Amino acid sequence: MTARARLRVVGVSAALAVAAIVIALVSISGGDYPMSLPDVVRTLFGGGSPADAFIVRELRLPRVVTALAVGGALALAGALFQSLVRNPLGSPDVLGFTQGSATGGLLAVVVLGGGSTAVAAGSVLSAIATGAAIYLLAWRGGGHGHRLILVGIGVAGILTGVNSYLLTRANIVDAARAVLWLTGSLDGRGWGQAAVAGGALVLLTPVVAVLGRALANLELGDDPARGLGVNVGAVRLTALACAVLLAAAASAAAGPVLFVALTAPQLARRLTGATGPNLLPSLLLGAALLTGADVLAQRLFPGHQLPVGVVTGLLGGGYLVLLLARTARRARV
Amino acid sequence: MSDRLRGIDLTLGYDGRTVAEDLSIDIPDGSFTVIVGPNACGKSTLLRSLARVLKPKAGHVLLDGRDIATRPAREVARTLGLLAQTAVAPDGITVADLVSRGRYPHRGPLSTWSDADERAVRWAMEATAVTPLAGAFVDELSGGQRQRVWIAMVLAQETPLLLLDEPTTYLDITHQLDILELCARLHREHGRTLVAVLHDLNLAARYATHLVAMRDGRILAEGTPAEVVTEAMMEEVFALPCRVIPDPETGTALVIPRRRLYSAAGVEGDEYPRTQP
Repeated sequence: MTARARLRVVGVSAALAVAAIVIALVSISGGDYPMSLPDVVRTLFGGGSPADAFIVRELRLPRVVTALAVGGALALAGALFQSLVRNPLGSPDVLGFTQGSATGGLLAVVVLGGGSTAVAAGSVLSAIATGAAIYLLAWRGGGHGHRLILVGIGVAGILTGVNSYLLTRANIVDAARAVLWLTGSLDGRGWGQAAVAGGALVLLTPVVAVLGRALANLELGDDPARGLGVNVGAVRLTALACAVLLAAAASAAAGPVLFVALTAPQLARRLTGATGPNLLPSLLLGAALLTGADVLAQRLFPGHQLPVGVVTGLLGGGYLVLLLARTARRARV
Repeated sequence: MSDRLRGIDLTLGYDGRTVAEDLSIDIPDGSFTVIVGPNACGKSTLLRSLARVLKPKAGHVLLDGRDIATRPAREVARTLGLLAQTAVAPDGITVADLVSRGRYPHRGPLSTWSDADERAVRWAMEATAVTPLAGAFVDELSGGQRQRVWIAMVLAQETPLLLLDEPTTYLDITHQLDILELCARLHREHGRTLVAVLHDLNLAARYATHLVAMRDGRILAEGTPAEVVTEAMMEEVFALPCRVIPDPETGTALVIPRRRLYSAAGVEGDEYPRTQP
């Protein structure tokens, strides 16, 4: 990378970080009790009236921190998957991990009648189980991107069926709760959920950062990467484990929010113009994207909040169609 | 003093299939070694095992007297570079970016770009004459240019040993010669030890200082091209009846296949019996 290209990555990352912070502040300022941005900042730094302090620190800040962390974790997971399978379609949504984490959450709701902790635990455990299953099916003995995507789509299909079946077995109250969770929502998220997603991000980001260059070289192919001194098996397994854990933690905190993992790394790449997994820019862009989607979800229809998953679904689905149309056009040339 | 790179009693293969058994090879230090042989004779498999890319089922590859499998991958990659057959250039990567990937084994996971890195990349691009292409996208280059860029990436590793797996395949004759001239220059002027798998016997005979002929996972002959490229040996290795004459250009061995049934009309009185349909 030339000095100018490196500068562009740093500049884009800084701009994305600023954007994420500004969107977070805007998100905190709005709601049934609007506040000015200066008031928000003052309250965050310990000032403000007791009422402001309660609303900001106990009600709105946890939700925004959850949004930032979930968005960052999903985007980072997506960047890892896309790099590992060398394909922009490699994302937990397409590969069955999102459906897998939903199965665990649904089992917790429908079969065990559990609360939010049980749902979170169920979705994490089943996401890890799905990850292990897909690894064994597709990756044993050196995997290829296409095989993983095809196996993932198959697994996703099976799990979608299982999920639908679980919903038909649920009573109406549980089913409504489950559907809301399945859409992905940030409503009423407290410090507990923020800690799950934020903790995973804080713990795993350093691990992932160390792998960044090895992953970029793995994209050249297994043999060239080995020739350059990359421990292909270890790097791939570590990256996959980090991606699964990040996606699982995000899902535990907010439900299976769709499309952030798919779109954020692609958008980040277009902004930086850099090759490789673009880990840090993806993380920051995902954080800004999900927090922004949550602001839209809260304010698009005044007096009627949407689950954030609906907004990311609409935005991300549209983007996916665009991506596929462009790929098809290029393939025809 | 034994050679730096040696394979000892190697058994090589993939999953259930064994390609070679009890195969031993010495790469003479300072040589331009070329491995030839028919398709599926195990030459690329052997090269991949020497490069630590394929783990032998039995036996050892020794680099500087130590088993290559027990040494850290990055340490090996500072001594030995591999031009692989299966390399894929990521979408939208520039020449300079791809060549700089060769610095991976010299850098820490988070270290910044050093002057030594910059010098190595510049030199590698100069040596392969791709400097004018530095800002170009790799997927927009011609086959010959792209192969030079991949070689530049391996050169940026600054390794005394270079292993090249079919570096000239899919290239036209001019570009094949360009690549081999480049290899010969690296060998002569920069003192690199090279090991290449090649298909063209005549080019192999022109450029190799040490030639290894393989068939069915075994080494049938090795030595100077003049020793190895004989009519008898070529018939044994490739099952190809041929004549070997001095190359009028270089004096090295030139392999001329005997004419067959549908060859254009040849010299009258050809002694070789035509294959009956």
